[in-house]
Amino acid sequence: MSVRSEIVGIRSPDELRHALEGAQYLASEELATAAYLALALQKPLLLEGVPGVGKTEAAKSIGAVLARSVIRLQCYEGIDASAALYEWNFPRQMLAIRQAGDQYVNIYADSFLLKRPLLESLLEPLNNLLLIDEIDRSDHEFEAFLLEYLSDFSISIPETGTIHSYEHPVVVLTSNRTRELHEALRRRCVYHWIDYPTPEIEARIVMTRASSVAHETARAVVESVNRMRAEPLTKPPGVSETVEWAEAATLLASQGNSWPRAFRRAIGVALKDQDDFAYLESRFDSLLPSEAA
Amino acid sequence: MNAPVEIQSFISFAALLRDNGFFVASDQIIGFLKSIRLLGPRNIEDIRRAAIALFTIPKDREPQFDELFRAHFLGMEITLPETFDEEKDFEAHEDRGQEPELLEAEESEESGQAATELETLRHRELIDLSDLHLQRFKRLAPQRLPKRSSCRFVTSRRGNSLDARKTLRAAMRLDGEMINLVLKSRKLQPRKIVLMIDVSGSMKEGTDATMRFAHSLVSLAERAEVFSLGTRLTRITSALRIKNTELSLQRVGAIVSDIDGGTRIGEGLQAFLNMPRFVGLARGAIVVIISDGLERGDPEMMINGLQRLSLIAWHLSWLTPLAQNDGFVPETSALSASMPYIDDLGNGSSASDIADAFLNLRTSA
Repeated sequence: MSVRSEIVGIRSPDELRHALEGAQYLASEELATAAYLALALQKPLLLEGVPGVGKTEAAKSIGAVLARSVIRLQCYEGIDASAALYEWNFPRQMLAIRQAGDQYVNIYADSFLLKRPLLESLLEPLNNLLLIDEIDRSDHEFEAFLLEYLSDFSISIPETGTIHSYEHPVVVLTSNRTRELHEALRRRCVYHWIDYPTPEIEARIVMTRASSVAHETARAVVESVNRMRAEPLTKPPGVSETVEWAEAATLLASQGNSWPRAFRRAIGVALKDQDDFAYLESRFDSLLPSEAA
Repeated sequence: MNAPVEIQSFISFAALLRDNGFFVASDQIIGFLKSIRLLGPRNIEDIRRAAIALFTIPKDREPQFDELFRAHFLGMEITLPETFDEEKDFEAHEDRGQEPELLEAEESEESGQAATELETLRHRELIDLSDLHLQRFKRLAPQRLPKRSSCRFVTSRRGNSLDARKTLRAAMRLDGEMINLVLKSRKLQPRKIVLMIDVSGSMKEGTDATMRFAHSLVSLAERAEVFSLGTRLTRITSALRIKNTELSLQRVGAIVSDIDGGTRIGEGLQAFLNMPRFVGLARGAIVVIISDGLERGDPEMMINGLQRLSLIAWHLSWLTPLAQNDGFVPETSALSASMPYIDDLGNGSSASDIADAFLNLRTSA
């Protein structure tokens, strides 16, 4: 495990935080520290948090700061090696055999290889960032398989041989913590739990992401969203819901709706579960922002 | 060779974490030391952040971590919850195959020093009951117990996807002439099962029948594990593996020394969760707890234990003898506060109800 103290000119967590801000991502100091350590120690970064706090967004922004393209592997129940690593393009191989007739044809040439995210990231480790999204959705078997990949950074293909990476790729894993990840996987990573941003930061996020929203509106929306998050909801509004709600209400208000009415009409953008809606409906007067001049 | 003085404190902190139930590997310690150097460190907060990041401290265990951190680096006194004072009393017990006599000697010694008013250690004969429902369970279980699809594929004539690799191989043997399409489907595997049986006094009437059920479960499902939960946690799987029912139950009676005593479910769950080997058994498994939930210990520990367990298990069931009629609502504060973490609350009043609950796991899950 080698250490790089400088990554594309970034020499400290604070510098990374500023760079992320330049990429329109407002990171907390803790997140910047964890991300900096992950890059410096060349370890994968594991981000956990409830849905909608900006885990995937963080990974994309780190990619933007490093000027790398993001290769995303979305996990799901039943994901296996052929979806994550590589697969042979069997129909093309079949056609090649038929076309070749009596001629020799190498059906295991690179052109018949379908590269999946893990292999892709390995082939050009310096140009991309591998995002393994929602790892908690995959099965334990896949987790074990990933463990092998993350410790060796090599993939062996029986027909052609083993592919090694000359440099460790930058890897970010995210998890909604619907289940606990295996210790063996966790210990290889640098960890950070992303919380909902503080109200001040969230208001700034709203204004960075939705330029049409006025400062007061952003503050009022964030305050209201935080009140809702304190309730026992099935799907508490995430950061992107806050942004969208503020944007939607601003749009409705500009069309002549009064502010309370605009917030009320746009609520579907923030509350996306019928039960949650029914639970809160009677108290909307106190929960929703009343004024946003 | 001793480490330099300045880093010894960091290394001993890692050891402290380890002693308190955190998982710490040596490469994590190396990463931690490198991180501190990378960060400066400018202040104590840098060290804390590095520790959380490298030792991967989950959010829900952060308060416990902070307590240890402050104690170690800032010299503050540890005011940990009682868990840690009692942890030494509350050990996980496991039958390692010794003779019951040996175990008994050990138990009696222990009961002298650690007996509480709740802990009445005694051994009881488990008596015979008619077992028609068990026969039904044995007949239906292989079909009905939940399975999971593994990542592996098997060739299957009625498979749902084309095994392109095998089809191609077969075609190559015939000079590229594709004659047979090979189909594949995912291999099914029985899910792991962890059964925790409350053997306290309040469950007395059902314990015998439940143990009988556990015996047939262990003989049917190769990946089943059974623990007894009273004033202590005891792993009784190996005793239940003995084929002869009477012999096996006798053995269980001999290992489970807290039968018909008090209930400290919370501590039992914590003891289970602090044992990495046991946690592995519950990972992705169906966890079923048979108990009336009349918790005498700290309700917080039980709630927290169930929360952590629900994150590890695939499905968490609670069967209680109190739920004989539909629409049962738990009355004890500990159980009602744990409801969000329990996937289903079922009827555990008799062995046949328990067997039915197991047979219907797939539909309820």
